Amino acid sequence: MKQQIIVSGIGGQGVLFLTRVIAQAAVNRGLPVLTSETHGMAQRGGTVLSTIKVGAFASPLIRAGQADIGLLLWEANLPVHQALLKLEGKLLINAGQDGAGERIDASGIARELGNAVLSNLVLLGLAVRQQALFCSAAECETAIRQLAPAKFVEQNLAAFQLGMEKR
Amino acid sequence: MTTMKHPQIKLLMGNEAIGQGLIEAGCQVAAAYPGTPSTEILQAVIDRREQAVEPLHIEWSVNEKIAFEVALAASYTGKRSVAVMKQVGLNVAADPFMRTAYLGVKGGMLTIVADDPGPHSSQNEQDTRLFCLQARVPVLDPASPAEAKQLVPLAFALSEQYEMNLVLRPTTRICHSRQAVELSEPLRLERRADFQKDPTRWAATPAFLPQLHRKLNANLEQIAGEPELQPRLTAGDGSYPRTALVASGIVYAHLVDLLEELGLTGRIDLFQVLMPYPLNPAFVSQLREGYDRLLVLEETYPVIELQLAHPGAAGKQTGAVPREGELTPDLVHQVLAAFLGLPAPAELEAERRGQRPSLCPGCPHRAAFYSIKQCFPKGIFPSDIGCYTLGMNLGAVNTVHCMGACISQGAGFFQAYVQDGEFPTIVVTIGDSTFFHAGIPALINAVVQQARIIVVILDNAITAMTGGQPVPHMGIAAAEKPTRAIAIEPLVRASGVEFLEVCDPYDKERFEALLRQADDYIRSSDGGVAVLISRHGCIMQPGVRKGQESAVITIHDRCVGCRKCVDAFECPALMMDSESNLAVIDQDRCIGCGTCIPVCPVAAIVKEEKR
Repeated sequence: MKQQIIVSGIGGQGVLFLTRVIAQAAVNRGLPVLTSETHGMAQRGGTVLSTIKVGAFASPLIRAGQADIGLLLWEANLPVHQALLKLEGKLLINAGQDGAGERIDASGIARELGNAVLSNLVLLGLAVRQQALFCSAAECETAIRQLAPAKFVEQNLAAFQLGMEKR
Repeated sequence: MTTMKHPQIKLLMGNEAIGQGLIEAGCQVAAAYPGTPSTEILQAVIDRREQAVEPLHIEWSVNEKIAFEVALAASYTGKRSVAVMKQVGLNVAADPFMRTAYLGVKGGMLTIVADDPGPHSSQNEQDTRLFCLQARVPVLDPASPAEAKQLVPLAFALSEQYEMNLVLRPTTRICHSRQAVELSEPLRLERRADFQKDPTRWAATPAFLPQLHRKLNANLEQIAGEPELQPRLTAGDGSYPRTALVASGIVYAHLVDLLEELGLTGRIDLFQVLMPYPLNPAFVSQLREGYDRLLVLEETYPVIELQLAHPGAAGKQTGAVPREGELTPDLVHQVLAAFLGLPAPAELEAERRGQRPSLCPGCPHRAAFYSIKQCFPKGIFPSDIGCYTLGMNLGAVNTVHCMGACISQGAGFFQAYVQDGEFPTIVVTIGDSTFFHAGIPALINAVVQQARIIVVILDNAITAMTGGQPVPHMGIAAAEKPTRAIAIEPLVRASGVEFLEVCDPYDKERFEALLRQADDYIRSSDGGVAVLISRHGCIMQPGVRKGQESAVITIHDRCVGCRKCVDAFECPALMMDSESNLAVIDQDRCIGCGTCIPVCPVAAIVKEEKR
């Protein structure tokens, strides 16, 4: 099993948390995993990118045209990061209006839950519903429970669930 | 000592893995100054301090030089210690670092220096391995988070065996990568502090230095041959005779994945260099004699390539490998294809930059910068390293150089202009952590040299850019330990500053009045340096946000679409609606601080009911 995933957004959107959830799901299944993350200046609202490589890899970075899945929390990053995706790669985007890839108004759904930052797990829910990721819903939920601060676990699971359900 | 039944596996970021490795290796004094990409290393030590089985002192030092010296003396007592910094931090610590090469250490001492090829979050992309070559200090270059962790106990052991300081050099892609790593029980070394006085060494005068230098050279020769640090060969099957790939650090990992994808694994000789300096002369000869062609891949400077001086080497020196920036897997692909005569990969699209970072919505620095720019549209604005570098987006930052440089640069601007008569208003902005780090000597110098400048200390009570480390005036040390608070005001006064005011930049009217007073002062007959402390907590600190008023801010129909709030104030929560060409507020990002309200020339930014 090998899967290369990108998670793209802007600082403050929870890209790092989403990255960790997916990587933790791999670890829980006993799969080797490498991630790379954006820390530092860019986290102040700038474009950030995480890469996740599940399976037997040595490097955490993804070459152009090699990603199997792109999770985009910020639609405007599409022209910036699309080149990383394979031609047949699956694109999942947090966006209200129509366009490329599978879309869900994750921010809108998250806002209804009371916190726009939850859009990260709404989008994860969509990815799992589309069976794009190597991991199952139950595996994601376990990882969320492991990583979310206790008082946010239920809210995070609710966001994930909505992503799984909303059409 | 108890042993674990099953090795515990944990997903850790490279920096966390290194921090875990420090605890496990029995490190007892850990000192650092925060800086991307190194910051999480000491944080990881703090987070795991309960695991330590022996006393452990952890400190966020005031700067890297101090961190290094604290760790150094701890090592003199026979205990294990570490100093942690980013690559440019080593420049600050260079003085003690260089001499330590000659005098050596006692207890194992590591200097962990995180490099930032790219750079992603730094003022340059200098290579610590080249620094180590000039300092004559052995340096290790891990290719993964797990390997970085494995190298920590080995480096401590060798540091003790040779009585040398060793450098571990992870790069951003190691520091900020996650991988499952194996945890072990911390070592119990049972060492008591025992400083053996030896003035010929610890206080060596020039008379003793040639001998220490000889010892250093002999050590370097020896350590170069250490079996565990030898270049690791993955042998090829002869498909590419007398040809080899030589790589170190994360670039080695990129190469491994690439060879796999291209079906070249095990077909060409591949060396991973673990210790780029000192290179074993036997390895250099082996490559000279055994290979006609080499491709050398390393970040960021040609350190291995220089030492190999191989006539058939392709690398940065020959132009086969890009000399600047990060060696991404895509670049490695291009270089490898050219070297082996493989089909060239598709041309890379020009890199697109995406959205630039901005000061956070509600950031007090934005309010301060806006006022500075309003008061002195023609001023000169030297600034410094931190979140507030982003004041550039508001046109209120003209220079950014290195920690603490802004005050001296401000003074330098003054001296150059005043020779010609008139001088512009020079407003320096420096963060509180940067002020403590390197600003104080510069302030004293500016006062003594009678510079007439305004220094605005942006005091948000935290080291914000790196995620919130304590600052000396907070009375809190690492791990939330209470300590004596060193207030900024008395330091400023003791530096000889006579104009000193403190103001919350959210209070725009008063802040701007004080800026104008400061300008009057520097231009008065007995004027000098004026200091204005801009004081408001960092908005990323939960307590700050909770403790301040928040309203729903909206745009009234009066908006004429002049863009002033979007362009000049540059809050990420303010944007132009693409259809109406009027300002809109992104309620997901707005924190309701209201600092944008006075910016609007037609009073269209309005406060609604309380949140």
